Amino acid sequence: MSTSTKTIQDLTEQEYKYGFVTDIEAETIPRGLNEEIIHLISEKKHEPEFMLEWRLKAYRHWLTMKEPTWHNVHYPPIDYQAIFYYSAPKMKKAPKSLEEVDPELLKTYEKLGIPLAEQKLLAGVAVDAVFDSVSVATTFKEKLAELGIIFCSFSEAVLNHPELVRKYLGSVVPYSDNFFATLNSAVFSDGSFAYIPKGVRCPMELSTYFRINAAETGQFERTLIIAEEGASVSYLEGCTAPIRDTNQLHAAVVELVALNNATIKYSTVQNWYPGDREGKGGIYNFVTKRGRCLGVNSKISWTQVETGSAITWKYPSCILQGDNSVGEFYSVAVTNNYQQADTGTKMIHIGKNTRSTIVTKGISAGHGQNTYRGLVKILKGAANARNYSQCDSLLIGDKCGAHTFPYIEVKNSTSRLEHEASTSKIGEDQIFYCRQRGISTEDAVNLIVNGFCKEVFRELPMEFAVEAQKLLGVSLEGSVG
Amino acid sequence: MLEIKNLRAKVGDREILKGISLTVKTGEVHAIMGPNGSGKSTLAQVLAGRDTYEVTGGEATYQGKDLLEMAPEERARQGLFMAFQYPVEIPGVSTMYLLRAGLNAARKQQGLEELDAMDFLSLVKEQAKLVEMDESLMNRSVNEGFSGGEKKRNEIFQMAVLQPKLAILDETDSGLDIDALRIVANGVNRLRGPDRAIIVVTHYQRLLNYIVPDRVHVLYEGRIVKSGGKELALELEDKGYSWIEEKLARA
Repeated sequence: MSTSTKTIQDLTEQEYKYGFVTDIEAETIPRGLNEEIIHLISEKKHEPEFMLEWRLKAYRHWLTMKEPTWHNVHYPPIDYQAIFYYSAPKMKKAPKSLEEVDPELLKTYEKLGIPLAEQKLLAGVAVDAVFDSVSVATTFKEKLAELGIIFCSFSEAVLNHPELVRKYLGSVVPYSDNFFATLNSAVFSDGSFAYIPKGVRCPMELSTYFRINAAETGQFERTLIIAEEGASVSYLEGCTAPIRDTNQLHAAVVELVALNNATIKYSTVQNWYPGDREGKGGIYNFVTKRGRCLGVNSKISWTQVETGSAITWKYPSCILQGDNSVGEFYSVAVTNNYQQADTGTKMIHIGKNTRSTIVTKGISAGHGQNTYRGLVKILKGAANARNYSQCDSLLIGDKCGAHTFPYIEVKNSTSRLEHEASTSKIGEDQIFYCRQRGISTEDAVNLIVNGFCKEVFRELPMEFAVEAQKLLGVSLEGSVG
Repeated sequence: MLEIKNLRAKVGDREILKGISLTVKTGEVHAIMGPNGSGKSTLAQVLAGRDTYEVTGGEATYQGKDLLEMAPEERARQGLFMAFQYPVEIPGVSTMYLLRAGLNAARKQQGLEELDAMDFLSLVKEQAKLVEMDESLMNRSVNEGFSGGEKKRNEIFQMAVLQPKLAILDETDSGLDIDALRIVANGVNRLRGPDRAIIVVTHYQRLLNYIVPDRVHVLYEGRIVKSGGKELALELEDKGYSWIEEKLARA
């Protein structure tokens, strides 16, 4: 384990002092998975009976399932009995100042423009008096509470709002959904919960000020966001700073529910450890994200910037159930070195006049393999449904690959679908043109790639967009001779 | 400003420049003419630092420094500008953004403060007028969906903003109608001055009706075979390139 991996892990395993305080035990459950372990997890989290039953149902179903093989990614078999399913935090010695932190990691923070105080926190430096977001977080939490918005850890929600959890948990991604989601249902450790009451527009991007906390994610994270009638919320997940973690498998589940006239915007920047230049190490990110537009005129919009992980397997989807509901998916996926990404979306049109938009930008460099896989399904009752899909791929170098698998199923003849796809290569002549104007090769590649991703970046909240641009530059560093 | 001595360059196994010598002084405008395939564009690209071409011999000194040792962006930051014969398209990147990045890279190197968005905007607006460039074009992606004439005008506009010391125009006149030609030429003429030098690479004489050169050189099969004053261009127009070929054959 490199120093940086170690320090970050120290951070993620540290007791989190701000905002969401969860019950953290100091011991570890043995490796492997069986019913006893699930009992233990549930017990340690003081969960109500219904949660335990749900976990067990999922576990028993998981035993009957096979790991999927249909995707276009390759990895050695995972030994599910070798994983710790509940790893309690271990307090390790944290570095005392930034001088003790791996300079390589600091260089990356520098490039991303992360403020010094945040750098310290990310690098696991003892931060007690440094970071002022404690007060910021508290202030905002109070403000949210005034509006009746619930924003807390999943564990807290299970304890304090069991009726909401019980009603909506698994209502979008059922426990039996797929191999990784089912595993998550059985063993999920924690995650975020947000509930926006009727008619309330959440006045701030949720998790902007909590993003350090959001970075403290477990291996099996679970998020549930509910927007009641007429409510709206923008949620940011992830962190542009490189989070290193020795847990190789990450199987998260995100469920979104939008009722009548509600809007949920969910933005992700994913920058997990991608492995080294030879493709060793790195995280397998097998995520199930799905939103249900349950009510009429509801809208769910996914925006993702995926630059990390050795393998990304992820299809944020929308079930457009309510009439006139809208689903959107904007994605940038970068694969460099030996990274693999198989990502896309599913738009399931059930209600009348439902509309969906898909804009994806895949960037492959090095030996990276980038696959877009998408499904647009228009059911019989979805009169006048519309979909627009645009899938663009950009290749840097000649050892990488881009693949597109768009699936379309239409059962209603009044629907209208458009699909556009393009593949291009960053040209020597484009780079030379920029250099002739005084721009270095590295900056030229950034410029061209950012131009390519513009349609997606402009969907990101402002602050995130700036970071995402820088992140892209860091991810593609050294990809052009 | 620029001194080229016996410059040779090849692409693959084919030698294109076979020993070119040329001296361009500050304040001068030189025209390089020649038939297709004579090496005009190659010379322009080699001077700008395109690595498709391999320099096999000779030297080039720019403002007292070894030009051939400098990276293309380094040459640009030191005031060398090339207007491309075939300007590329860069989707999603506006001309404004590209120019500001380039200009600030040069300023940074010179120890000057970077121009902020407001200062840059006023500079750009002023220069856009000179080349009668529609402001909406500057905010669009670089050259994307531009007509041939708009692309060339965009090159001249960029030159006006970057204010180079040495400008090389690679067949900027090709594909232009007479109005666009006049606008482009006006842009170039406005840039003429005692601190600058301009090299105009062209196949046709007509551009030189508008940009009157101090010196004219005829490039033929990778060599400068004839140099003279502005009247040489007229003579060429009159007698055609075959006149040069015949003269050389006789020699």
